[in-house]
Amino acid sequence: MSLTSPWRADFPGILALAAEGQTYLDSAATAQKPQAMLNALLGYYASGAANVHRAQHVPGERATRAFEATREKAARWLNAADAQQIVFTRSATEALNLLAYGLEQRFIAGDEIVISALEHHANLLPWQQLAQRRQLKLVVLPLDAHGLIDLSQAAQLIGPRTRLLAVSQLSNVLGCWQPLEPLLALAQAQGALTVVDGSQGVVHGRTDVQALSCDFYICSSHKLYGPDGVGLLYGRPQALEQLAHWQFGGEMLLHTDYANARFRPAPLGFEAGTPPIASVIALGASLDYLGSLDAAAVSAHEAALHAELLSGLRQRQVLRLLGTPSVALASFVVEGVHHADLAHLLSEQGLAVRAGHHCAMPLLQGLGLSGAVRVSLGLYNDGADLQRFFNALDQALELLL
Amino acid sequence: MSLPTAASEALQAFAACPSWDQRARLQMQWGERLEPLSAEQCCSEHLVAGCASQVWLLGQQHEGHWYFQASSDARLLRGLLALLLARVNGLSSEELAAADLLDWFSQLGLGRQLSPSRSNGLNAVLQRMRAVSLGERA
Repeated sequence: MSLTSPWRADFPGILALAAEGQTYLDSAATAQKPQAMLNALLGYYASGAANVHRAQHVPGERATRAFEATREKAARWLNAADAQQIVFTRSATEALNLLAYGLEQRFIAGDEIVISALEHHANLLPWQQLAQRRQLKLVVLPLDAHGLIDLSQAAQLIGPRTRLLAVSQLSNVLGCWQPLEPLLALAQAQGALTVVDGSQGVVHGRTDVQALSCDFYICSSHKLYGPDGVGLLYGRPQALEQLAHWQFGGEMLLHTDYANARFRPAPLGFEAGTPPIASVIALGASLDYLGSLDAAAVSAHEAALHAELLSGLRQRQVLRLLGTPSVALASFVVEGVHHADLAHLLSEQGLAVRAGHHCAMPLLQGLGLSGAVRVSLGLYNDGADLQRFFNALDQALELLL
Repeated sequence: MSLPTAASEALQAFAACPSWDQRARLQMQWGERLEPLSAEQCCSEHLVAGCASQVWLLGQQHEGHWYFQASSDARLLRGLLALLLARVNGLSSEELAAADLLDWFSQLGLGRQLSPSRSNGLNAVLQRMRAVSLGERA
């Protein structure tokens, strides 16, 4: 029996693409949006735009209320204790840059920042550049054969000079949940700050940031069925207090004269300039929509789709899977076939999958690969999408092998 | 301006292939026509930056006519390179500057492969070709 998604019809984008002959299997790059989000986006502009946190007038008050309501919803979504622990940024990448700049003064030469070999460039480059600016050592945790961060090596590498650990919850290339609990414990035992990049993880299961007990958690709206232009930074209160302000302007200050200024604490002190108001409000609608779904049914559907994806990939023996994916996506290569050739022939057949280094160039280099093809799933995908993918894959391989 | 013989041949061949798989096959067959580059030629000096696949491009002028050589590790891109060389090899600097290469690929029905979101690198190859023909070191 073919897998169907009861939520597919809620996503006009996936239906429009299907009508155009496009099968969208690139949700790890960005997700399609529910109608409820589109309504909120249009509704905000159509009923009268206004800036937030500034004006006393009615439209301004309404916009501010809706904007702040999303902060509450995001806090509930992540189980943060207080909405004031959620900072809106313009992307997850910006949130990580905020941390790297906001914490810069806390590091002294010789301190160590620990990341893992599978990090997305967004969780590599800000730390790499910080390390260069401050003469820090960037330590990279290796992976085991399944694509998990190797805990025994991590126990050796996380040491007394470790000041910060920044790792992904779920790899955007390997599709496996990382052993965060023991990793964070290793870092915390050394008194290091802990940063979790939840950009992929937040989409495929509810995260409880208090249970996770990380100092910072980062994710982006556009992968979570929300609009683009918004990232979320959660911080523990004591961790947020350690951040120096990094972007200046707008309403992020308490008082200024020409020579000096005092700034607000988080969150507003880290939201300089006019924020993406419509997008933040619309993210609230996406969270409401997701909250209205049967979470167990969504997880079961995603698990069944993923199992079907893996089983189909494993049946084709010329393919080699990267790591041992457990959810959301799978990346693979074919011996003797260039990933760009395969991607081209899939796209000729209306398949929207991703090929290349997936913004994790050092990871691919470490695996001895110039790139790989990645299929990634959203809750709106169904068994027919996968069938079209496998048919197209077989046709492409017939031409290339 | 009349097309080089190889280019006319390519146009006819692609026009006779309406389906995507026939065209892909044809594109790969054209790729086989590329004169192989030596190991020394596949060096960083000739590597075109900004491509997802590796692409090498060399060009020289002989008695006022341009002759380019190119290769890639991706087969379909090799085909595009062969089709590009079929269009430009033997042109003078003036003819090369005047050639509408985007239009050339559109005529072949391959225009989409030059779209800005494509990381196959053909756009970077065209830029490098222009730089080489203007005597710039890219």
